Amino acid sequence: MSDHHHDHGHHPHPISDVQARARALESLLRDKGLLTPGAVDTLVSAYEQDIGPLNGAKVVARAWTDPDYKQRLLDDGAAAIRELGFGGLQGEHMVVVENTPEVHNVVVCTLCSCYPWPVLGLPPVWYKSAPYRSRVVREPRAVLAEFGTELGDDVAIRVWDSSAEIRYLVLPERPAGTEHFSEEELAGLVTRDAMIGVQKVEAPA
Amino acid sequence: MARRDHGELEVNETSSIDDSIAQMRGEAALPRANGELVFEDPWQGRVFGIAVQLHQEGRYDWAAFQQRLIDEIAASGDQDRSASDYYGHWLAALERLAIERGLVDAEELAQRVDDYRHGRRDEVF
Repeated sequence: MSDHHHDHGHHPHPISDVQARARALESLLRDKGLLTPGAVDTLVSAYEQDIGPLNGAKVVARAWTDPDYKQRLLDDGAAAIRELGFGGLQGEHMVVVENTPEVHNVVVCTLCSCYPWPVLGLPPVWYKSAPYRSRVVREPRAVLAEFGTELGDDVAIRVWDSSAEIRYLVLPERPAGTEHFSEEELAGLVTRDAMIGVQKVEAPA
Repeated sequence: MARRDHGELEVNETSSIDDSIAQMRGEAALPRANGELVFEDPWQGRVFGIAVQLHQEGRYDWAAFQQRLIDEIAASGDQDRSASDYYGHWLAALERLAIERGLVDAEELAQRVDDYRHGRRDEVF
């Protein structure tokens, strides 16, 4: 829980070192006119609420319903994603890897936490954790099982290590029983975790 | 239906919000709810936003920031990290870059941090 609502007023609570540093930096940058008031708020809320997994879900749903689009997506991920209007920071070089009954793909960044922001938003906390980053490379099957994704021994697992140069997006398998779904309904089924590759997309019960 | 046709999205438009996203409802909103808390504490969101904003205003290349972040993470060793640790590295990288690029002065920044620590300033953003 955060106590940030309480650390101002007549009896200020001590603030943590990082809080003091974050506020000092922002306050100084504002004084110098380097930050437009409100710009940071707009940006943070956009990333928190409006940019993110939903963009990726739309890309996946389009690929499921339009074979030509799917081919373009697999040939040149960044270009096909830009077709839908998603691009920009950290989305420059995107490779889309397709899950099939024989192959399951999962994405990690062993170096830091490179992540395709324009289509997935900001990375979840676990994606940035050392245990995920090291273990998914060593024992992907066990890590996937912990996410509830049990794969048969006949399914090959490919682990893709993101870098500053290349980011990966998993194209999950379209679940059975969704033949009559519209593109928008399909997008509603696609989760962030499925596009990282730690889960499958489930048909609605 | 007000669907904007914006073609290739420029970097400085990442904060713009596609109308079609706002119009998605019900099940389509699920991936949004699927996300865990992105920021555990407001300061983490602030330092994230400041770094992106300064880049968008042309103060530095994103690669320059990213390299410093990688350096900070590497220097910390590979222990388990919370979001708080992660954004701590993010903040350290941002401080370094802001000083290197002359956006802020190191001494001035240290003084300002001290002011916050001792309650001489208490403005919260």
